[in-house]
Amino acid sequence: MSYFVDKKGYYGEFGGAFIPEMLYPNVKELEENYLKIMQEPSFQQEFQDLLKEYVGRPTPLFFAKRLSEKYNTKIYLKREDLCHTGAHKVNNTIGQILVAKRLGKTRIIAETGAGQHGVATATVCALMGIECVVYMGEVDIARQAPNVARMKMLGAKVVPALSGSRTLKDATNEAIRDWINNPVNTHYIIGSVVGPHPYPDMVARFQSVISEEIKKQLLEKGHTENPDYVIACVGGGSNAAGAFYHYLDEEKVNLIAVEAAGLGIHSGESAATSILGKEGVIHGSKTLLMQSTDGQITEPYSISAGLDYPGIGPLHAHLYKSKRAEFISITDAEAMRAGLELCELEGIIPAIESAHALAVFNMKKFKKSDVVVLNLSGRGDKDLDTYVKYFKL
Amino acid sequence: MNRINQKLQENKKLLSIYFTAGFPKINDTVTVIENLEKSGIDFIEIGLPFSDPLADGPTIQASSTKALGNGMTSEVLFNQLKNIRKTVKIPLIIMGYFNPMMQYGVENFCKKCAEIGIDGLIIPDLPVDVYNNDYKTIFKKYGLINVFLITPQTSSERIQFIDKISDGFIYMVSSSSVTGSQNAFGKVQDDYFKRIADLYLKSPQIVGFGISNAETFKKATKYAKGAIIGSAFVKYLDKNGTANINNFVSGILD
Repeated sequence: MSYFVDKKGYYGEFGGAFIPEMLYPNVKELEENYLKIMQEPSFQQEFQDLLKEYVGRPTPLFFAKRLSEKYNTKIYLKREDLCHTGAHKVNNTIGQILVAKRLGKTRIIAETGAGQHGVATATVCALMGIECVVYMGEVDIARQAPNVARMKMLGAKVVPALSGSRTLKDATNEAIRDWINNPVNTHYIIGSVVGPHPYPDMVARFQSVISEEIKKQLLEKGHTENPDYVIACVGGGSNAAGAFYHYLDEEKVNLIAVEAAGLGIHSGESAATSILGKEGVIHGSKTLLMQSTDGQITEPYSISAGLDYPGIGPLHAHLYKSKRAEFISITDAEAMRAGLELCELEGIIPAIESAHALAVFNMKKFKKSDVVVLNLSGRGDKDLDTYVKYFKL
Repeated sequence: MNRINQKLQENKKLLSIYFTAGFPKINDTVTVIENLEKSGIDFIEIGLPFSDPLADGPTIQASSTKALGNGMTSEVLFNQLKNIRKTVKIPLIIMGYFNPMMQYGVENFCKKCAEIGIDGLIIPDLPVDVYNNDYKTIFKKYGLINVFLITPQTSSERIQFIDKISDGFIYMVSSSSVTGSQNAFGKVQDDYFKRIADLYLKSPQIVGFGISNAETFKKATKYAKGAIIGSAFVKYLDKNGTANINNFVSGILD
């Protein structure tokens, strides 16, 4: 079985490009050019230079000694939280802005939920001197004020999405509508491994630098390049796609995808898409998504704004269905406890998204000899307010 | 012969009107259809509301949100339309997004449409090639015409392919935009309409998006067989309810 995208843009039965005809030329242009562009030596040179000098890669693979002692196994943290702008998101925005430039685009649009992808997009647009418009749900603008301010400082225009539930899925709708209205000069930088083909594949390739580095770093630390487990959280699934990418065909490497259970899987306030979702079409992709029996897309909930997307990327739907990856759901309470524990044991404040992945150590027993790599996708600075309120600090 | 094809043979410019089912009130659907037919239009597009209508502007989005809030679903719509062919003769087309149809079951959905007397479907986010490979047989089995969209950005080669697999008309989107935008009909549209006319397609073209009054209807039908009005009518319904629908139509057709 292949876990990579096929020629038609599918992962098994998931994926494709379910887009209105108005978007066909834009998506077709990208599909015909993205691999060609990514393989150009000048592109690779510029991309690698920026990852090194601007993003600060390679990010460390840190042996978490005290955490490992507590859970009686060997835990390595892939420190994506140390990337410029505070999360893995920038790996993708650097890649896509370079593609956009080579396609001759002069205007960038993006969607954002918590604001991390919006900030990462505004950042690379400032770096390249390109106009940037970020769509963000009106509800999210109110609850993520610091990131809105960051985007504005970086010169982006932040446009509130006023339709539907006024959160991430609606911001994505608005960005797609903008692209329909501006088909020639604009590139849409999607922030996760979602959307119509070729986005899931393109974003996964840009994020695959994570597992590429993990392989090298494990060797340097005297292990084989293949760990026993890779753990990552999944909203849309871009950090997990990056951390899994070079291990997809290494069946001995166990992949664990961690979803947000919110207040509990069946509480009505959850984002555990693999369990609650059904096959359907969202934002141009056939995948698993949370919806009513009538096929209306429902609003997910998680304490972490980065995990409350009603779908998952088609790659992850395929990994779930084929059982290549194990999916575990973590509640708000379990994630918050795990986040605080990392602060206390290792002196690292994780993003609440990443804290969901950390909570797996309380759910699942690992062997003492297991090498477990956990992708620490982001830092917790953006979540201080939530931590403070939750723990009454 | 399908009612759509019969209608397309009439020697006149055709006016089609879109409205959102279950809007402004849940039980307005049949009233709107009957009044539209009485007012003398040529066919009707019944919008099946969706939570995330990617190709629609604010007016149709808002009407969809309201209709869903009113309780509109595929099942409710089919029940409302159960006896529609006892009173209404003109072609009826359901326009909706793919996910609700998928959840209903594409075959079940088509079967239900055929039982009711629906003549065609417009599904903006069902790509031409996916339809052609996976669903064409089902649509044909139930005698349903699938209507495809083209835009000013669509290449002539692709338009010719779309023409080949079309059984009814081609929905010609007037500009690069979502529904409800107030783009003037200018030189770009003129060139685009002429380019299409010069392709001598077998399928007649009906223009949609940006048509709101008699003037834009006239411009849109200079080269094309007909035109579709959506957002402007939804706005009218929002303001006036279902009374005096003929006033809206006579303002276009006079």
